[in-house]
Amino acid sequence: MNTKGKAFRYPDNVDTDVIIPARYLNTSDARELALHCMEDIDREFVKRVQPGDVIVAGWNFGCGSSREHAPLVIKTCGTGCVIAKSFARIFYRNAINIGLPILECEQAAQEIEAGHEVTVDFDTGIITDVTTGKSYQAQPFPPFIQNIIRSGGLLNSLREGSAND
Amino acid sequence: MGMTMSQKILAAHAGLDSVAAGQLISAKLDIVLGNDITTPVAVNEFKKAGFDKVFDKDKVAIVLDHFVPNKDIKAAEQSKTCREFACSHCISHFYDVGKMGIEHALLPEQGVVTAGDCIIGADSHTCTYGALGAFSTGVGSTDMAAGMATGMAWFKVPSAIKFNLTGKLPPNCSGKDVILTIIGRIGVDGALYKSMEFTGEGVRGLSMDDRLCICNMAVEAGAKNGIFPVDDVTLAYLKGRSEREPVVYEADADAVYESVVDVDLSAVTPTVACPHLPENTRPASELHDIRVDQVVIGSCTNGRLEDMEAAWRILKGKQVAKGLRCIIIPATMQILRECVERGWYTDFIDAGAVVSTPTCGPCLGGYMGILAAGERCIATTNRNFVGRMGHVDSEVYLASPQTAAASALAGYITEYKEA
Repeated sequence: MNTKGKAFRYPDNVDTDVIIPARYLNTSDARELALHCMEDIDREFVKRVQPGDVIVAGWNFGCGSSREHAPLVIKTCGTGCVIAKSFARIFYRNAINIGLPILECEQAAQEIEAGHEVTVDFDTGIITDVTTGKSYQAQPFPPFIQNIIRSGGLLNSLREGSAND
Repeated sequence: MGMTMSQKILAAHAGLDSVAAGQLISAKLDIVLGNDITTPVAVNEFKKAGFDKVFDKDKVAIVLDHFVPNKDIKAAEQSKTCREFACSHCISHFYDVGKMGIEHALLPEQGVVTAGDCIIGADSHTCTYGALGAFSTGVGSTDMAAGMATGMAWFKVPSAIKFNLTGKLPPNCSGKDVILTIIGRIGVDGALYKSMEFTGEGVRGLSMDDRLCICNMAVEAGAKNGIFPVDDVTLAYLKGRSEREPVVYEADADAVYESVVDVDLSAVTPTVACPHLPENTRPASELHDIRVDQVVIGSCTNGRLEDMEAAWRILKGKQVAKGLRCIIIPATMQILRECVERGWYTDFIDAGAVVSTPTCGPCLGGYMGILAAGERCIATTNRNFVGRMGHVDSEVYLASPQTAAASALAGYITEYKEA
């Protein structure tokens, strides 16, 4: 499993209110919601994002609300991966549960610039900035979480009996 | 090795003698909670995965509170989805218009959550119930769906920061000033993935409403949960209220904490979090040049009876500043009724404020007080992110009910000074 695309850069503490403003949460239709992804921080994101593109951000990405709509709209827009220095805990959990690939890697999040071509290999956790030629090793997930990801999300893994053992 | 209070509750619910920070466990749940925004997503996942019944109809709570009474047709459809699910699964703790309140004020008030519980809720402020001595944390809709189906959830056992509270709060400060002071010190990710365990001799001087407010905003420091020890104040609150027998856990004397933060309550001052992060705190006394267009007193953070009383004491017999809108939202029907019974409702109206039926409404920019471009609000809510209460070019300042009410009279941000 991997992704390849260009990088969108955002600062520290990107909160769920700017990822998907609550004023749109009167629906849970992912495609309708995705039209507003990142709207309050970057109105151009939805127009420019292509399948496989990568969001690169600082500390505490996804802080704030528990709304699962946040990782869901990022995924629905076609974003291939979010790389951050750290993730807020509910966002981290939600991303895994719905199958949005996320990686914690401080150095990559620090150095990859907006517009750079990036590839990510989820099996090895290796992030490559194709534009600069530099590679980074992200923190691998614990096996328990890898299992949820392999199953395609929490509920699938529950049905397979691989979670909550 | 000793365990923290949170770790002890998790160990007991995982059927283990002990747990250590970082360990992955599967724990039994006492309550699984959702609201009108997160439940429809959970219901969809629940059905898609092929589940046809909830693990225990008495241990699922569904509260319509964010956009009710329905703000528009789409919100009405979401409420309908929740209502139909609750009805078809005979959910005993389903709260609709007329019975509802803001979930984190309602569940403690109604005795649905109690000391020793292990609780997940598809709302980030589910950490509120730690005030009762429960392990309680926010999750997403998929976790809610899994919790409803199995009665279990996986957790990575958190490490903890110990907050050693000493002294007594000044009369113009409350729990809100304590938690804003703490977030100002440790930052919005200062407790990321960790428990915030509040302890020390200062705890006994904090009311239950103060403790609920403090734990409510633990997530604003990135924490997994906030928790208070169970004492006489807790037991008095739970008595005659709690549906289930409270179970009291205490941290081991040799519990390991990542760090210890001392908080002298007597040194706390009226504190305001400036845009656009809860960590941007300043003393209210330094913000007198900030004029405000709107004041909101309510939310799961500060919509409880003590908050209403604090606002009433300041607003009664006075007038809110000309050109300023003051919106007061009691968090539950019981609190609203108390406001009516005690005559506070009339006093609020006479002061030029409006009083709303319980709703999360303006806190998350839903409805009932949306800001236009360039407008500024001081609110007793919990988040001041960009666009949180309306236009991306509006501003939210977070404060206590006392500071918000005093500012409503002044027209600019000010601390309350007792006459």
